[in-house]
Amino acid sequence: MSASRPARPRRVYDVAVVGAGPAGMAAAAGARQAGAERVLLVDREPETGGILNQCIHSGFGLHHFGEELTGPEFAQRAFAEMVDDGLDVLTDSFVVDRDADDELSVMSAEHGVLRVAAGAIVLASGARERTRGAIRIPGSRPAGVMTAGLAQHLVNVRGLLPGRRAVILGSGDIGLIMARRLTLEGIEVAGVFELLAHANGLTRNIVECLDDFDIPLHLSTTVVEVHGRDRVEGVTVAPVGPGLEPLLDRARFVPCDTVLLSIGLLPEAELARSLGARIDPVTRGPVVSSTMETTRPGVFAAGNSVHIHDLVDFVVEEAQLAGRSAAAHVLGGSAPRDNVTLVPGENVRYCVPHTISTDREHTVYLRVRRPLERSWLRLGDAYEKRLRYVVPAEMVTVKVRPRFLEGFSSEALRVDVVPREEG
Amino acid sequence: MSGLRPTGDTGEPGGATPDDGPVVDAGHEVTTYLCIGCPLGCRLEVEESAEHEIVEVRGFSCRRGERFARQEHTDPRRTVTTTVAVTGARIPRLPVRTAAPLPKGLVRALCDRLASVRVAAPVRRGEVVLADALGSGIDVVASRDLDRTDAG
Ligand SMILES: Cc1cc2nc3c(=O)[nH]c(=O)nc-3n(C[C@H](O)[C@H](O)[C@H](O)COP(=O)(O)OP(=O)(O)OC[C@H]3O[C@@H](n4cnc5c(N)ncnc54)[C@H](O)[C@@H]3O)c2cc1C
Ligand code: SF4
Repeated sequence: MSASRPARPRRVYDVAVVGAGPAGMAAAAGARQAGAERVLLVDREPETGGILNQCIHSGFGLHHFGEELTGPEFAQRAFAEMVDDGLDVLTDSFVVDRDADDELSVMSAEHGVLRVAAGAIVLASGARERTRGAIRIPGSRPAGVMTAGLAQHLVNVRGLLPGRRAVILGSGDIGLIMARRLTLEGIEVAGVFELLAHANGLTRNIVECLDDFDIPLHLSTTVVEVHGRDRVEGVTVAPVGPGLEPLLDRARFVPCDTVLLSIGLLPEAELARSLGARIDPVTRGPVVSSTMETTRPGVFAAGNSVHIHDLVDFVVEEAQLAGRSAAAHVLGGSAPRDNVTLVPGENVRYCVPHTISTDREHTVYLRVRRPLERSWLRLGDAYEKRLRYVVPAEMVTVKVRPRFLEGFSSEALRVDVVPREEG
Repeated sequence: MSGLRPTGDTGEPGGATPDDGPVVDAGHEVTTYLCIGCPLGCRLEVEESAEHEIVEVRGFSCRRGERFARQEHTDPRRTVTTTVAVTGARIPRLPVRTAAPLPKGLVRALCDRLASVRVAAPVRRGEVVLADALGSGIDVVASRDLDRTDAG
């Protein structure tokens, strides 16, 4: 390998950003605003915008732009706002890994293999969808079974219809949105089947994507078998008991030629892992400090590659911070180190960032395990705050201010979301 | 307006909780809606007299829910997003949207109408793809730019 190395073009940057979705664009902008001069933004797709380019529905940007935009509109306006002329944008380029010299290898159609030396890196590689293997549905492996996001790409970008009659497994937002999308394209949607007793998606999507079109949502029901040799011919569905075990005596056959899986997203954390950053087993993304730095110094991360967001506006906020922090790492002036670890306690699945510092204000994102109508958010014994309705499908955002933690002297701060009595 | 219940409403989502349903007069009809204003998802009820006058809206925990129930009952509307065929661009579909929410009853008809629309790149975001869709007074516009490429 050393023989060919001198021939490879090499570029030097202050900050290199991997992934040009909303997180990557916002991180690059944050780095530029904080004074980084040489910033690179790389994406394997032919254009910036990430997943937004295929999310043609509206529901993006109410916080950031003050109006409700479609995904493509958000992507384009974010580009106009965030990508300035001083930024190097490289599309159709895949970041493979970091080599022995601690430089990134970028495979690009135009430039071949590039070596990129950067003072700091921001990982903004987004998420990938959980697939059938993740939930082990028995039966054959015929054509017609695909993730909801792939179907979204086929229909919205490539103009290809996946079949004539579909069932959707899982009630995540992508599945709900695709139920409407397929219906409007003339494909019959036989139903959405959700293992749990509550829907995973937003109420708004239940109403506007299912109820509007009389598409049935079957809760506490799962697909137990996929039928068909070459092409899907149908699925067997069954209600589940209290332990989520399928009640096979009540199983029934639903004919269909397409099965969409909408069973969740996982952070794309391959690069973080190969760089030796510690991964949180709950979020499945890298552990990050309050400056969005991973446990590998100089490597930052933001957006869906850290934890799965439901609102792009928070992705942007988090990524701007990551970009500013990456610039500060290179130019000097990094914030003081964190001195408190956040420990998810009762009814809290995870918190991001994983650590904070008591000397400044932070935005902490968390997800609860189960819904609560009225609750207290508690930070150890130091602080409590009323929360209204909390559900696992919606991220909870909390501002943590230095005065909340005055007199707090431990290194671990437990975060609980507990029921609140009327009053 | 007479039937509006004072709810100890703060004007914010998730405020007070509704009571159980009241008694409905003979000849009145009650329609229920699920509020989409916030994750609480209140079950809203609109009670109508035999003359189709709204006599009461209930079940909301805040003003937003009440407004939604009235709008949804009298004139439900949706922003429609879909794609149309585009030639001369890198991709074969152009994402489009209604510039304003369209009466719900027209959603399917609009999608059928757009199935026969074909535009040629270059296209700019906001460009009108179908003016005054189905006589609604609402335009369908492009959701993004698409440059002309040599292919197609
Ligand atoms: C179907 C769906 C519907 C949604 N609906 C809404 C909604 O209505 N409202 C809302 O606010 N939010 C919504 N969201 C959430 C929001 O869109 C996402 O949280 C946000 O787009 C995530 O941004 P990101 O930049 O982290 O990831 P992405 O947008 O996924 O971008 C990641 C980018 O990284 C690139 N990449 C990855 N690895 C590499 C590599 N090794 N080399 C080069 N490039 C790489 C990818 O090509 C991609 O372009 C939705 C999400 C989905 C999936
Ligand atoms: S009425 Fe609607 S907006 Fe208000 S609290 Fe209930 S669900 Fe939320």
